Amino acid sequence: MDLIRRTVLKGAGAGGVLAGLLATGMLKPTLAYANEWNKAAFEAKDFDAALKTIGADNPAANAALVMKAPDIAENGAVVPVDVVSQIPNTSSIAILVKKNPFPLAAFFEFANGALPDVSVRLKVAETCPIVAIAKADGKVYSTQKEVKVTVGGCGG
Amino acid sequence: MADPMKIRAQMKGDVCEIRVLMSHPMETGQRKDNDGKTIPAHHIQLVSVALNGKTVVSGQLAGSVSRNPVLGFKIKGAKAGDKISVSWKDNKGDSRSDETTVA
Repeated sequence: MDLIRRTVLKGAGAGGVLAGLLATGMLKPTLAYANEWNKAAFEAKDFDAALKTIGADNPAANAALVMKAPDIAENGAVVPVDVVSQIPNTSSIAILVKKNPFPLAAFFEFANGALPDVSVRLKVAETCPIVAIAKADGKVYSTQKEVKVTVGGCGG
Repeated sequence: MADPMKIRAQMKGDVCEIRVLMSHPMETGQRKDNDGKTIPAHHIQLVSVALNGKTVVSGQLAGSVSRNPVLGFKIKGAKAGDKISVSWKDNKGDSRSDETTVA
């Protein structure tokens, strides 16, 4: 009886300390980088495989996810891409270039007031769609835009 | 250590617009030099943006991001004078951290 009470008290005490540590942020040694680089996803050579590794197979279309990219990119080495998600609670945005040797180009996660709105410049190997994937409330949405490339970005 | 980043953080209404220019070759590992040897991959993998020490955006990049990456972000809840810090780490373990104040 006494023993059980002791264990319970101990457990509660430890839990309290843990909560305290979490509250003060002491239990977040990896604050600067929330995640490891997702090697499997970035090294996927196939568009569908890349989607799968980021848990985004079968994304739904959503007009609230908007991507801005040029219709024709004169220089495939620098293609500006803007992605804005108006979908509530968007937690992450991934950008993929469908026909690049490694399709996944960038992945961003948002927290603490960051808006799901990113711009980045990508290398695009050949004319193909650029695809943006947004995750919100556990659901996956996508939008895409075909970019014509006159000079590829990967040959050098 | 790599060259410093250029960071601009400006309030536009109640939204803080951040633009970062990083100085990095972003080598994909696909290119070949004149002798036909593959140039090894060398690119930024992790990016982190923090507002007053609190991470707001954590990003992961591939070699297919253009050389000297320019990234743009927007955050809510910032005000003039707040501290924005940006850091990156590449696949060779090199890293860089710079900060600026919101204007």
